[in-house]
Amino acid sequence: MTAIEFQNVSKRFPGAGRNALEDLSFAVSEGEFVTVLGPSGCGKTTLLKLINRLYEPDSGRVLLFGEDIRTADLVQVRRRTGYVIQQIGLFPHWTIGENVATVPKLLKWDKARIEARTDELLRLVGLEPEEYKKRYPSQLSGGQQQRVGLARALAVDPKIMLMDEPFGALDSITRGKLQRELLTLHRETGKTFLFVTHDIDEAFLLGSRVLILDGGKIVQFDTPEAIIRCPAQGFVRSLVDAAKERGRFWEAYL
Amino acid sequence: MFGQIEEYFRTSLDRWTGMLAAHVEVSLLALAIAAALAVPAGILCARYERLKGPLTGLFGALRVVPSLAILLLMLPVLGTGTAPAAVALVLLAVPPVLMNTVAGLESVPAPVLETAAAMGMEERQIWQKVRLPLAMPMILAGLKTAAVEIVASAALAAKIGAGGLGELIFTGIGLFRTDLLLIGGGSVALLSLLTGVLFELLDKLLLKYKNV
Repeated sequence: MTAIEFQNVSKRFPGAGRNALEDLSFAVSEGEFVTVLGPSGCGKTTLLKLINRLYEPDSGRVLLFGEDIRTADLVQVRRRTGYVIQQIGLFPHWTIGENVATVPKLLKWDKARIEARTDELLRLVGLEPEEYKKRYPSQLSGGQQQRVGLARALAVDPKIMLMDEPFGALDSITRGKLQRELLTLHRETGKTFLFVTHDIDEAFLLGSRVLILDGGKIVQFDTPEAIIRCPAQGFVRSLVDAAKERGRFWEAYL
Repeated sequence: MFGQIEEYFRTSLDRWTGMLAAHVEVSLLALAIAAALAVPAGILCARYERLKGPLTGLFGALRVVPSLAILLLMLPVLGTGTAPAAVALVLLAVPPVLMNTVAGLESVPAPVLETAAAMGMEERQIWQKVRLPLAMPMILAGLKTAAVEIVASAALAAKIGAGGLGELIFTGIGLFRTDLLLIGGGSVALLSLLTGVLFELLDKLLLKYKNV
């Protein structure tokens, strides 16, 4: 089953000299973990926001499980996609428990069910409910806040997870830990992940396939092994070379 | 001096409480009207960018006019009494509430609003549950500034027959009675301070998340 499909999607922002995304077509199967890799301004965040309709394309279609999202109900599209961003965007005036319960509350679940789901989600992301539920976001570290962001996005079990550099602002130890946990979560839930990053190591570590974007166009979309074996063009080659260079730098010290 | 002040409170306590009540009354009235005008106006300004310039500009300009001038300018239009005093005080109080409402609404971080939308909140829900509550601290701060200004300026309102503690001050000036001046001025100052403290308490009570 195809979870996400782009058909000739283009997007231009008012006043911009060129298209942010240029005639993009690709498909992601259900259960895949796709990372979107590219430099700043390559259009990767735009690509993500077209899927939950924070942006609308100028031409082309985006389909989720075969359904054109433009004709689907906007709120339904957003409930079916979990959204996690680098700035996290927790509601500072709500406790951790209230943040995680945002969507269940919008859906008017009964109290006991919300309570049970909140506890379950917090445990899933490695936060003890009794300890954290009553706290406010400002009382948590960046890594803990992002765990809450993830729990909140998972609340009503969306089939698709959209993540925009979620670990970009975290220290490397916390990032590594969360990356491994995310892979476990992906394995256990079988959800479809679309994960945007500008970090090639992160893209190749997490992605079952990597979509490389440059200047609003797809440069290569393949498994990490295939990309490393035969990088498509100058741009991908320079990315891979830069990563190898870093590897050699570290080896010199080991 | 202290003897005279003591004497005043012994003989004229009723008059003093009457003036205090009138002072509080006109202040509360002005604050309520100002809030009812300025908060919705601020919401409109934050929503429709085109309104912001003209509205904030207009009230910004009005703010420059001294409160005594506003009070006296109102005389020919509204006559004397509580109503013109309240109008003048409202004009005085709208700018800080309006500016702070706009600033508060604009200070809500874009990622917070974006994730709210991405979770399927509708526009109205985003305003009710996220944007307005997060603008609250600044709106409250604007109300506090306005309230303190109103309480202080309401003393001037006695000049146009609105009563209040200003009467004591003006009588004191007219009769060269330092004791009345001190009682009037001191009462207004204390009331101002108390207003500030009340808003601080309200802030602590309503906005617990800020103080954890």
